[in-house]
Amino acid sequence: MNIQVDLTESNNVLEGFIRGEIDAHTAPVLREKLETYQSHQGLKAELDLSDVNYMDSTGLGVFVAFYKSVNANGGHVKLKGLSARLKRLFDITGLGDIMDIESAGKGGN
Amino acid sequence: MRPFDYVEMRVPAKSQYVGVARLTISGLASRIGFSFDDIEDLKIASSEAVTNAVQHAYAEGEEGEVVIGCALYEDKIEIMVADHGQSFNFEETKAKVGPYHDQEEGAFLREGGLGLYLIETLMDEVKVHHQEGVTIFMTKHVEGEQVEKDVETVSS
Repeated sequence: MNIQVDLTESNNVLEGFIRGEIDAHTAPVLREKLETYQSHQGLKAELDLSDVNYMDSTGLGVFVAFYKSVNANGGHVKLKGLSARLKRLFDITGLGDIMDIESAGKGGN
Repeated sequence: MRPFDYVEMRVPAKSQYVGVARLTISGLASRIGFSFDDIEDLKIASSEAVTNAVQHAYAEGEEGEVVIGCALYEDKIEIMVADHGQSFNFEETKAKVGPYHDQEEGAFLREGGLGLYLIETLMDEVKVHHQEGVTIFMTKHVEGEQVEKDVETVSS
């Protein structure tokens, strides 16, 4: 029940790898790390969630806050590598239509 | 003999116990024969309810406990999460918990935000009871036993 967040930024491009579980306990760690970058002007962020094996609304809240802030500063957030489970979570909350999300599975459902 | 097995957990109202509750419920659900997807749904719904209770206790500045009661039937699980730390008589509390009214619970829904929305979406039945704190009562049925048997023929 832990989280690992690796973020590297160069030339205003943020690459992130997030591994583990995102819940009420670990979400603050993720939030804090993302907050370091969210007000950079025109930030291009790509977060890889392929090794996130659990997430709930606390995780959604962190990504929504990051997305809003980056967007407000003329940047873009892309989430990639989402498992079908994770993608579903974004879809049933309607966030899948708003945010730039690329799931892991290619082809089929 | 009552028609269900009852398991009760009492954890400190701290976020590090949300995962513990989630994993325990996952273990209980797999005993009843829920599918992988249903167990994942149960993990999220129970985490949301326990998170809600933990945050409520935190907001009140209390060092409380969260009580999680699980009734395991042959074909369903009933989970009750209370943020007031009192152990409950499951049947009695269940009888007191009213149906969920959108209007009445409007304030709670806003407060709980996405969490309660997810609980409602992922569980079959949800009730909320306000008295000496908040109690969330939720049910999920085991479905598609046929699907279970045919699971090998379904490609993922």
